[in-house]
Amino acid sequence: MARGIKDKVAILGMGCSRFGERWDMDADNLMVEAFDEAMADAGIDVSQIDAAWMGVGFDAMNIGPSGLPLSIALRLPNIGVTKVENYCASGTESFRGAVYAVASGAADIALAVGVEKLKDTGYGGLPVRSRGTTFDMLGVTGSAPGNFAQVASAYRAAHNVSKEDLKRAIAHVSVKSHANGAKNPKAHLRKVVDMETVLNAPMIAEPLGLYDCCGVSDGAAVAIVTTPEIARALGKTDLVTVKALQIAASNGWELQHAGGWNGSYFHPTRIAAKRAYDEAGITSPRDQLSLTEVHDCFSITELVTMEDLFLSDEGQAWKDVLNGDFDADGRIPCQIDGGLKCFGHPIGASGLRMIYENYLQLLGRAGDRQRKTPPSLALSHNLGGMPSQNVSAIAIVGLADV
Amino acid sequence: MMAPTSSPTDVGILSFGAYVPRKRLQRSAIYAANAWFAPGLKGLAKGERSVGDWDEDSITMAVEAARDTLTGIDRASVGSLSLASTTLPYVDRLNSGIVKEALTLSDGVAALDMTGSQRAGVSALRAALEAASGRTAPHLCLAAEMRKTCPASDLELTSGDAAAGLLIGQGDVIAKFLGAYSLTLDFVDHYRTPGMDYDYFYEARWIREEGYVALTARALKEGIAALGIEPSSIDRLLVPISAKGIAATLAKKAGIAEAAVADTLQAGLGEAGSAHGLVMLVAALESAKPGEKILLLGFGQGADLILLETTDAITRLAPRDGVAGSLARGAKDENYMRWLVHRGLVDIDKGMRAEQDQKQPSTSLWRHRKAVMGLVGGRCTKTGTVQFPKSDISVNPNDRTAGTQEDYPLAELPARVMTVTADSLSYSPSPPLYYGMVDFDGGGRMTVEFADVAEEIEVGSEMRMVFRIKAVDEMRGMVKYFWKAAPVR
Repeated sequence: MARGIKDKVAILGMGCSRFGERWDMDADNLMVEAFDEAMADAGIDVSQIDAAWMGVGFDAMNIGPSGLPLSIALRLPNIGVTKVENYCASGTESFRGAVYAVASGAADIALAVGVEKLKDTGYGGLPVRSRGTTFDMLGVTGSAPGNFAQVASAYRAAHNVSKEDLKRAIAHVSVKSHANGAKNPKAHLRKVVDMETVLNAPMIAEPLGLYDCCGVSDGAAVAIVTTPEIARALGKTDLVTVKALQIAASNGWELQHAGGWNGSYFHPTRIAAKRAYDEAGITSPRDQLSLTEVHDCFSITELVTMEDLFLSDEGQAWKDVLNGDFDADGRIPCQIDGGLKCFGHPIGASGLRMIYENYLQLLGRAGDRQRKTPPSLALSHNLGGMPSQNVSAIAIVGLADV
Repeated sequence: MMAPTSSPTDVGILSFGAYVPRKRLQRSAIYAANAWFAPGLKGLAKGERSVGDWDEDSITMAVEAARDTLTGIDRASVGSLSLASTTLPYVDRLNSGIVKEALTLSDGVAALDMTGSQRAGVSALRAALEAASGRTAPHLCLAAEMRKTCPASDLELTSGDAAAGLLIGQGDVIAKFLGAYSLTLDFVDHYRTPGMDYDYFYEARWIREEGYVALTARALKEGIAALGIEPSSIDRLLVPISAKGIAATLAKKAGIAEAAVADTLQAGLGEAGSAHGLVMLVAALESAKPGEKILLLGFGQGADLILLETTDAITRLAPRDGVAGSLARGAKDENYMRWLVHRGLVDIDKGMRAEQDQKQPSTSLWRHRKAVMGLVGGRCTKTGTVQFPKSDISVNPNDRTAGTQEDYPLAELPARVMTVTADSLSYSPSPPLYYGMVDFDGGGRMTVEFADVAEEIEVGSEMRMVFRIKAVDEMRGMVKYFWKAAPVR
């Protein structure tokens, strides 16, 4: 019976480009920006990298197919380069490739890169694209806000929450993230925003308004991973190790089995969370987790994810959010770096950007954003698809000796 | 007089149905926009006319009328169908074949599109009634019209979008076929060729005197003689011509009682082109008592006359929407501009999201035609799990059965909303785009667009599935159809 990879892999270095409307940068330029930082942090030479993974969500619309763009942009030494895509969970998916390569013994040092150049699309929001010939005939081509907004109607019906209460709760999520992002020089959006502005913003997809939706931006993030032994041999003392890495994918149950899923939560997130806590040896996440970075593509997603990660009781997250439980000074800060809300969502990069913040926080390197109580375990949750069919990827990283 | 019963060899109408789109564009709104150019239209600017939504066309309306017609009838019993219209989306792709798929009729049916004149609907009915004694199964006779009309024309004000259906056969008929008469004369009151956007009409005064009155009066005179009709015995005279006073003039000339002249439905619907004769027939049948003699006229490069007599079976017909039910579910619309955009008469800046390539691979449509056109899902014969669409492996997590699903049609099942949103970001010809997930009674679930939305849709709202245009591949001219959920009213 496989026991997981807890403490088998350490993060040697990480980098993250500035996220935003990088009009003067291509995907390659962004990868180099993040890679340079990661390499300086790792203190190694490129010849020491054994294998690489690249996560991109919309390759047809920016970088093109295959792993070649990564190999060419970074002039990697003819090593294996694997392109991965799992919708918006592509960032964690590339991390998974690199981590498993090291955990299996197939590679000593592996590279994970996530990148997306979205601002050549020509309009706001994610580019419209086919989801397959059959889906295009039988499914609804909705926007991301529209697909996720449906959770709100179902959550209200399931837990008897009024329109006004839920609207205030999701607004609080965005106000909190903006307050955090204002302290982050790499974030795209750095302005504080108040409740009234969020509540009265134009509607995008009922009930999500402008400030309930993360923006679209360009960015890249990089992780270099190795074994704890190699990391120490290279001179690293404080180690951040991977405690758990779990992905769960929908199989059509939510989408097709009437009377099953009630639309108000993310089924694979609950499954991935349980598996991740088991793998990491976490028995009480509410007590043991210091920080979370979750997939706040939309404020409602972050809110229900608190329940899906078992950090709030079912139907209670809206109250916990309003109570400040997940604010920067709350019991378990969520998106202490500003989240997708302030960074925007360059699809392939987001999962790695989440791990980047968790990594910095664990090493005490987060500057103005540093969590007051020193963190020991941090979770990132990276979700691809839509509420009715999705891939939920959870990574838990922590100090090596925890 | 004793109400006539039908005998097994009687040929006639077994059932009827109709569909009028919900939106009722106020004629005053049309006139207000065009009065600067054509103040003379004021006389026609009263009441309202029905207008289909952006996702409706003659095929979708025909499907709805057919569903109404087949209320309580086993679809497998239908042996053939025809669709009459001068506004069919395809010149060469069997339009009635698309209707057949939407209705999930047997593959072994005959189908025919009928077009070419404003009397196509009535001509199709004559042909169906005369063929009935040679057929072994009932024939579904449909007509639908959604005319493209030039802004500031008379026709724009007097037309209306609608569809009607009649099931024709032998046996327990609700109306017996007593005979028909036709005149065919190349009277070119108007015409339209495939390249033309609009009909070209000649002088209204001439059309009225030589066409509507003279030609039609001759048809009535000759027809009444040929069929041996006693004019005073006609209970209803159906003349689908909207020009004022025509029907009354014809009745007088033919010796038919003034009281028999049927309302042309101008005030609340409009003239539905080649379908209008059948629309008026359905309106007559839904209020008719047994023993009424109905004389139906069709006009278009000649004339058709059809004589029918209702039987006592009409009292036993299950209730259906018909024309009255459709008219009762109207929604007042004053947005003339939106309608012009929807009919493609005015451009609007759709934005880049509308650039999505809508290519429809025929191969994929063929494989999935029952799901796409008929909303046919799957039901596991082992567990009873219903799902949409069918799949090799069942979605039921408790029993991963494979290869056990049988076809299971979902279109007629009531559905309830499970999630909902109004998406202002996605491109929609009529923003915002409403959609969500619905659960069907007895099982089955899908994510689907919502149509005909006017009031707030909540989780739990009752919906019924309707056949609509899903998208148009503008680059390649293909119209893509699928089902949507509409609020039950």
